[in-house]
Amino acid sequence: MPISELAPLPVELQEWQEKIEKLAAGHGLDFFPTIFEMVPADRLNEIAAKGGFPVRYPHWRFGMEYEKLGKGYHYGLQKIYELVINNDPCYAYLMASNEMVDQKLVMAHVYGHCDFFKCNAWFGHTNRKMMDQMANHGARIRRYMDEVGVEPVEEFIDACLSIEDLIDIHSPFIKRRADKHDNGENKHSPPKPARFDSKEYLDPFVNPKAEYKRNNAEDNPQPQRLPERPERDVMLFLLEQAPLNAWQADVLSIIRDEAYYFAPQGQTKIMNEGWASYWHSKMMTTQIASAAEIVQFADHHSGTVASSGGSLNPYKLGIELFRDIEDRWNRGAYGKEYEDCDDYAERQDWDRELGEGRDKIFEVRRVHNDLTFIDSFLTLDFVRQHKLFKFGYNPGTEYYEIETRAFPQVKQQLLANLTNLGRPQIAVVDGNYKNRGELYLEHEYTGVELQTNYAQDTLRNLHRLWTRPVHIATILDETQTVISFDGGEVSVDQGDDVDPDDDD
Amino acid sequence: MPLDIERDQRRFREIVRGRLRKNLRKYVTQGEMMGRKGKDLVSIPIPSLDVPRFRFGDNGAGGVGTGDGEEGQPVGKGGQPQGGPGEAGSDPGSEHFMEVDVSLDELAEILGDELELPRIQPKGDANLQDEKAKYDSIRSTGPESLRHKKRTYLKALKRQISTGEYTASDPRVVPIKSDKQYRSWSTVQHPEVNAVIIYVMDVSGSMTDDQKEIVRTEAFWIDTWLGSQYQGLEKRYIIHDAVAKEVDEHTFYHTRESGGTRISSAYKVCADLIEKQFPPADWNIYVFQFSDGDNWGEDNEKAFSQLGERILPHVNLYAYGQVESPYGSGEFLGRLKSRFGENHEAIVTSEIEDKDAIYESIKTFLGKGK
Repeated sequence: MPISELAPLPVELQEWQEKIEKLAAGHGLDFFPTIFEMVPADRLNEIAAKGGFPVRYPHWRFGMEYEKLGKGYHYGLQKIYELVINNDPCYAYLMASNEMVDQKLVMAHVYGHCDFFKCNAWFGHTNRKMMDQMANHGARIRRYMDEVGVEPVEEFIDACLSIEDLIDIHSPFIKRRADKHDNGENKHSPPKPARFDSKEYLDPFVNPKAEYKRNNAEDNPQPQRLPERPERDVMLFLLEQAPLNAWQADVLSIIRDEAYYFAPQGQTKIMNEGWASYWHSKMMTTQIASAAEIVQFADHHSGTVASSGGSLNPYKLGIELFRDIEDRWNRGAYGKEYEDCDDYAERQDWDRELGEGRDKIFEVRRVHNDLTFIDSFLTLDFVRQHKLFKFGYNPGTEYYEIETRAFPQVKQQLLANLTNLGRPQIAVVDGNYKNRGELYLEHEYTGVELQTNYAQDTLRNLHRLWTRPVHIATILDETQTVISFDGGEVSVDQGDDVDPDDDD
Repeated sequence: MPLDIERDQRRFREIVRGRLRKNLRKYVTQGEMMGRKGKDLVSIPIPSLDVPRFRFGDNGAGGVGTGDGEEGQPVGKGGQPQGGPGEAGSDPGSEHFMEVDVSLDELAEILGDELELPRIQPKGDANLQDEKAKYDSIRSTGPESLRHKKRTYLKALKRQISTGEYTASDPRVVPIKSDKQYRSWSTVQHPEVNAVIIYVMDVSGSMTDDQKEIVRTEAFWIDTWLGSQYQGLEKRYIIHDAVAKEVDEHTFYHTRESGGTRISSAYKVCADLIEKQFPPADWNIYVFQFSDGDNWGEDNEKAFSQLGERILPHVNLYAYGQVESPYGSGEFLGRLKSRFGENHEAIVTSEIEDKDAIYESIKTFLGKGK
């Protein structure tokens, strides 16, 4: 959004912004220029509904989100305090009805986010001109809507969104292969080996299998699989291989670009929120809040980081872990000597006076994502101190119950929940299944089943893109299962040999 | 910059209405909506209007929580998993359904479209006018009880400031006669076409809760439709076993009597009610009767003469719904048909075997356009 359209902040807030920006920079935070706009609640809800981008393409789900947010606000169930967009410059929105102390809190918080966006390695490949890019996407999609009609485009978007999390979140960092998705360039059509016409019952004799295979191998010395290796970027695979016309391919590529833009935010939720909360609370308590405001600050701050009903608040986990790391590195409470010490009292009083805490947390915010953050820094002491537990579903009582407080299990569960953003890992293993151009996906089963009704609906949408039968192999009830959709009916095939290599 | 959000919201609502139409039969028959009815809005659960994705089942996954508690202590009910941080990082709100508010008028419109119900041509005196006073203006004279205090105060304040009488240190504002402002009204005329629905139900022992649920569901849709066709809609409720009485809505659905059935008693109460309170010249009258069709044999003749003489001549519609009970279905429907003929102008009948039959039954009842 052009800056000229932003209403300037009231003078008092402007002054505070300058002050807080200086304070943040003084602490070593490194951020893009940050532009604040103060907006009324319904406008903030509008922007939030559009994922932070008012210029985004039109789609009904934003309208639904807007209704939900509006209702929640209207009934006083929730309100958005702030919204900050990873962009250069960063855009941040303040809720007009907030009190002064909240505005200061939010601004301090925002600078934490902006620093994180700029410095965290996982954002290293995101588009910093996303505001422009989103506007561009919006314009393209609107044009398609004008050309072919609102409903076809919107329904096609629905289908694309169904697989928007089927991307390879690590691919910006590891180039596994060239990802050109020009239509045709990578199109792969293996030459069909010659077959003689024959009645079915004569076929094994007229076209002996061994001979057929040998011929095939000769004609086609490097039998190419499609994809050659399992492809986790299902969206890319479809872009390259699905029979899409020009506007459809463009829409799919737009949805894919946006998915890649949002992925790092999902990967670093705990850290990003923890980091911002760490800084707002540090600055507020020591430098910003007046004596009169401190109680109100404490109240609102504790509201943000509260854990309710046993659920874990990512803000809280993040801020506490950063504080824990800072404290441990200040005291030198890490490394072999410390780990080997099993005297509880000695560990408690451990202090080598290294004072490395500040440097360490800045390093951590640069290189880690939530998964490696938890893996590297969640300790037994921390889990005990914060009373973390692992819960699981008990089908007998139909309740989620506390299963254990044992450290390894708690940590393992947390890591499992964070792996692949908490979503199933799925890859295309065959784009020419049964040699009939069917699409065969595989779910990497990790002990948790797919939700079948969602899987079926997702297959339906996938079929709209692929237009040939689609399958997903997974495990249900501890049995190999393939769920398929052929355009007519969903079928669930259990227990059969479902080796995708068996290409007939 | 114009925001698209209103357009998105409109699209969302269109889709919701589409879903509603598609599933109307289900909503009609399941009676889901009645508990969700506000004054003018019905809150309707729309199944999974989210984008389907491959996701983990609710009941397999675990998570990490925080707080006190022993192992084995429940932390959340199935189907509503606690958000572990994995969840928190992903999209909010992946509920299986969401509730959307639809106005009763909108609902009636959808019902009318889907059931292809003809619009009702109200009978009776179309020139019947109702006068209503609308307080919509201000005058400088009027009764003290209608004095507009705020306006009076403001006028006095203005006068005092303009004449220099007002002092900020002593902010006394004293209205004089010319400051006084009074509310005033104008009379608006609008045609008032009134209708009354008289519900009659057999509450004898053979009518079980299941049957009453069916009656209740039908009544909801009848109310919704007729309510959309008339400006004023009254409802009356009559229950009967061997004797009949007029009751309120709650009692209507929650009474269960043992004993026999005498439909004539209900017709008598109904006819008296029409004569006393709803002069047919001024009212569009609808009688909906629900019964399992059991009646004391010797009562039928008496009932039919009441119906034929005192009710049918006055009503737009007399609808009889025979709800099948576990004790079978009675003979009343057959008798009724043979007594008044299959195609009586004001009578419409329907046999309702089970909940699934409600949809067609409503269509039958309201399809006459009366």
